[in-house]
Amino acid sequence: MNTCIDVPEKPFLNRLGRKTIITGHYGSGKTEFAVSLAMLLADEQNGNNSSDPTAQENRPPVLALIDLDIINPYFRSREQKDMLKDTGVAVYGSAFESESTAELPALSASVRAPLENHSCRVIIDTGGNDAGALVLNQFSKYFKDDETTVFAVVNANRPETSDINSAIEHINAIEFITGLNISCIVNNTNLLRETTINDILVGHEFCKKICELTGKHFLCDCYPAGIINPEELSGLSNNLMPLGLYMRPTWLDK
Amino acid sequence: MSKKVLMKGNEAFAEAAIRGGCRYYFGYPITPQNEIPEYMSRELPKRDGYFIQAESELAAVYMAYGAGAAGGKVFITSSSPGIALMQEGFSFMCSAEVPTVALTVSRCGPGIGGIQPGQADYFQATRGGGNGDYKVPVFAPSNLQEGVDLVYESMDLTDKWRNPVFIFADGLLGQMMEPVVLPEQQKFVEPHEIRALKPWALTGYGDDDTKRNTIISLRIQPEDLEKHVEKIFKKYEQMEKELVRVETTGIEDADVVIVAFGTMARITKEAVEILAEQGIKTGLIRPISLWPFPYQAFDKITSKTKVVISAELSMGQMIQDVKLGVNGRFPVRLLSRTGGVVPASLEIAERTKKILEEMGG
Repeated sequence: MNTCIDVPEKPFLNRLGRKTIITGHYGSGKTEFAVSLAMLLADEQNGNNSSDPTAQENRPPVLALIDLDIINPYFRSREQKDMLKDTGVAVYGSAFESESTAELPALSASVRAPLENHSCRVIIDTGGNDAGALVLNQFSKYFKDDETTVFAVVNANRPETSDINSAIEHINAIEFITGLNISCIVNNTNLLRETTINDILVGHEFCKKICELTGKHFLCDCYPAGIINPEELSGLSNNLMPLGLYMRPTWLDK
Repeated sequence: MSKKVLMKGNEAFAEAAIRGGCRYYFGYPITPQNEIPEYMSRELPKRDGYFIQAESELAAVYMAYGAGAAGGKVFITSSSPGIALMQEGFSFMCSAEVPTVALTVSRCGPGIGGIQPGQADYFQATRGGGNGDYKVPVFAPSNLQEGVDLVYESMDLTDKWRNPVFIFADGLLGQMMEPVVLPEQQKFVEPHEIRALKPWALTGYGDDDTKRNTIISLRIQPEDLEKHVEKIFKKYEQMEKELVRVETTGIEDADVVIVAFGTMARITKEAVEILAEQGIKTGLIRPISLWPFPYQAFDKITSKTKVVISAELSMGQMIQDVKLGVNGRFPVRLLSRTGGVVPASLEIAERTKKILEEMGG
């Protein structure tokens, strides 16, 4: 499969492998990033046209999200399964598919299907920290090729990753426990609906510094869609990624 | 004022306790509050505090009893079934007048139930399951900033009243992420400072070697026990005057008044907006203190109101206090989901409309 995604306004998508693993500190926004990325890729794949779910059910998926978060009891990406499925994204995760609220760290054997299907682009959402990334080892044989890229999502407004050294320590810990090389850093510095332009700009410099010290690539700057006007971030080039706050019900902000 | 940071509820509660002076935490894992013991195990030793993972919730509450009796600032947490196991300890601490702050991140029941959020521990929190005549102040935040502020303040309130203080946070509050401003760090009390600050605490004989305190919850002579219970009830009477907390909005001239706390109150706020768009004026009473319950807030409801609704994530527990507050002036109805099901604001709005229609409104 040609892994290169050429979207002029989002050149950072070129860095995605066929298998893209999303890691990061606990609460850095990995799930929102993973779900938003899946929705973005689905839109590109569908040519922004509404897909025909009936037709898709009869063929292997070409876009999948694997939810490997087995440490969080709430707010997991499989909770958005229906929305993703309607957009053309197959969701794999718990062995107890119909029980998205069950606290059972049991992954379905079907998780391996999109990893083995070379026609399927896969986004892999992990739990937080090295503890949440540990589960990747179970699938390590699938990640030893050049089709795999690993991203680390960073939110400089999280207390435990609010200084450069701590943020790098978390990245190192994830690499150590998984044996994987994190290639790119994602700036997701935010305060949810209270995010300001300044948060994103400070986070941008913060993540650039991490890249400078670790030799990793800078991937993109995330912003909460509908809250931040991307035109106000034009100084950050065009590596901007809108996040949909899919996991957050509206009443949480009342 | 410190910078806003993004925190998960459980982390924020833990940090607020440390900043409020907590130096001792005892806990046992249970979902959905596991981030608290995890946070405490990581942070307290770094900051001159002590973390012990107890062998059970019963052990944890008695470790709190011991450390609190010795004058330590103590925080303990659990979730519904774990809090059930701690009930005996709360009764003992109330009797012995030992301070501690306890927090539940409540889930749904009965029994092991499930790990999704619930408010069916209202009776557990406000009436308690321990033996004897005792009361525990209960505060129920509905957002993380309020939770941080209440935990922080409770670290002092528990010392002031020499009584446990309880924080009721449902599972969603424990698991959600929100921006918060953390309060400043209170100075940790050193062991040699305890005798002066808490002359009742078990600090040994001291320098003069003449007086040693005792803390007991056993009083064999009925008259002694009666006198002691009357003494602690004088304290509860005062708490009822000083600790009532409530938020009320739009009660005056409301068609309907909804009473809700915690997460349910937040969802209800959006439902109130939906109902307003349809021309239905809806008031909201949000008890922040569940005990003492804000009965006085119900006096402001005017004759225009057709019904008062108790909205709960339970089969109806707070409704008993709502009926006491209403005192027969208005019909009272229950709007509830249980089992871990959290209703959407639209559902609350629709069901409120239906109840109003049934009332002829």
